[in-house]
Amino acid sequence: MSSKPLVQKSLSATLVHGILICYSILALWPIFLVLINSFKSRKGIFNDPMALPSAETFSTIGFDKVLGRSNFDVYFFNSITVTVLTLGITLLIGAMAAWALAGYKYKLNTLLAFYLAIGIMVPIRLGTVSILKLVVAMGLMNTLTALVLVYIAMSLPLTIFILSEFMQQIPNDLKEAARCDGVSEYRIFFQIILPLTRPAIATVGVFTMVPVWNDLWFPLILTADDSVRTVTLGVQQFVGQYVTDWNSVLASLTLAIVPVFILYIIFSRQLIRGITAGAVK
Amino acid sequence: MPGFAKSGKRFPTHIVVFLAPAVIVYTLFMIYPLLDSLRVSFYTPDDTGALSFVGLGNYETLFFDENWSKGFWNALSNNFILFAIHMLVQNPIGLLLAALLSLPTVRGRNIYRTAMFLPTMMSVVIIGFVWQLILNPLWGVAETLLDIIGMVDYFQPWLGQESTALVTISLISVWQFVGIPMMLIYAALLNIPEELTEAAIIDGANHWQVFWRIKFPLILPTLGIVSILTFVANFNAFDLIYAIKGGLAGPNFATDIMGTFFYRVLFGFQLQMGSNGMGATVAAMMFLIILTGVIIFFFAVQRRLLRHSF
Repeated sequence: MSSKPLVQKSLSATLVHGILICYSILALWPIFLVLINSFKSRKGIFNDPMALPSAETFSTIGFDKVLGRSNFDVYFFNSITVTVLTLGITLLIGAMAAWALAGYKYKLNTLLAFYLAIGIMVPIRLGTVSILKLVVAMGLMNTLTALVLVYIAMSLPLTIFILSEFMQQIPNDLKEAARCDGVSEYRIFFQIILPLTRPAIATVGVFTMVPVWNDLWFPLILTADDSVRTVTLGVQQFVGQYVTDWNSVLASLTLAIVPVFILYIIFSRQLIRGITAGAVK
Repeated sequence: MPGFAKSGKRFPTHIVVFLAPAVIVYTLFMIYPLLDSLRVSFYTPDDTGALSFVGLGNYETLFFDENWSKGFWNALSNNFILFAIHMLVQNPIGLLLAALLSLPTVRGRNIYRTAMFLPTMMSVVIIGFVWQLILNPLWGVAETLLDIIGMVDYFQPWLGQESTALVTISLISVWQFVGIPMMLIYAALLNIPEELTEAAIIDGANHWQVFWRIKFPLILPTLGIVSILTFVANFNAFDLIYAIKGGLAGPNFATDIMGTFFYRVLFGFQLQMGSNGMGATVAAMMFLIILTGVIIFFFAVQRRLLRHSF
């Protein structure tokens, strides 16, 4: 075994933890700073930015203003609608396509897998000119439907790739046994394969959700009305408009951060396990 | 790949049914727009708005017309600076953090991981505003912090100066996305069989030597993946600069990159009218750059790395 003196060992352990703690603080502190200051009066924000809200400086005036002046509830509703619809449809049709690639052998198999994987590397944003034309031609401009369709197309490639990698590990015997019993191909997929894929689906779900919720580009381009704005765009527009009103700015940022923060705490294990399980090779 | 015992010679309707929805949506909203956008880059509208074919005319305008080429080359070179900073700062920090996290003796790594990955999950827009507030001289948070470590004289309005804005924004982006290389490298390090490192430790090697001589060569393919992901993400970036600096990517276009340039060309700005043809041309150039990067990566770098490590 290594014969390092004990002192040196504990010293290096301290150094390792020192670096990790410093970096963790660096990662959390800016967000923490915004959260605490959103609950302070203007005076409190400027006199001592680093202090926690106290009895004197506590104030929710920022939140009152934000909720009074903007349709944050509508933005939230829109973001949730878009994200949930995208997620549900992507996972369903993505899993179906992944199974078609992983579960059967036929001529076009490899070519189709490659075709569907192009979108992993090529950003969908580069097709914006024509997406815009298409959405206008379909009469979907300024609707959440347009966003959902674009986001499904954007999320499918990675979803299909990861799920088909996962489905290839499902033993073939299961399918063969079911087929011998005369079970239809559809029931094999929905009743045997899909339940077995659940862990991978959860991971892919998180991967899909985050870019959709956070996207600024497509809401900026495909929506104009306040009634179809998502949270990300709503915050961007709101902060741009009230840039000098620090209470409102901090409160709106907090409103945008908190839901993501809560979801992250709930799903972080799932997400991290997904990444470290070699989902991305 | 599992085998498939073909049950008869019937047409495999079920495969088509499984594939159809995904292939249709993906083709219609991803592949078709990409191809159609490439096509539009060869057209220009005349006075009536009707499109006419101009061959490489739009590209010629982009490269050589004074009004366009300055903006284009500026955005392109800024984009390379953004990429260079990510490669030189983000990925080494990610590597360091991953290496520390994967040390067998470290406790509480779940907490560290969760904390360090949090910014990556946030919207770029939110992060942009958060740092804009922190660096704002009016608020003075950054100044106060520098004062604590005795460096207050170095404080400048970094986001507002032409000479420092791009580097500052790049570092904000590094801060946010360091979690991605960290997690990918960390996953690769976890996959290294323990027998390999244990033998070396028993022979008296320390963790430093084990890392550089055994682990590092084994994770080279992952570092390759991280590099190409960084490249694609940087040449497709837009949100952060739009959030902090707006579409004009100020001061004086010092933070303009391909994404913001594309946005302005497509939708117009100040006196310049928006143009589909020129917008598609800029998008086509971004496509070409990303494609070149991906091809170089797959056919040159990654193949050699894989051969090297196995």
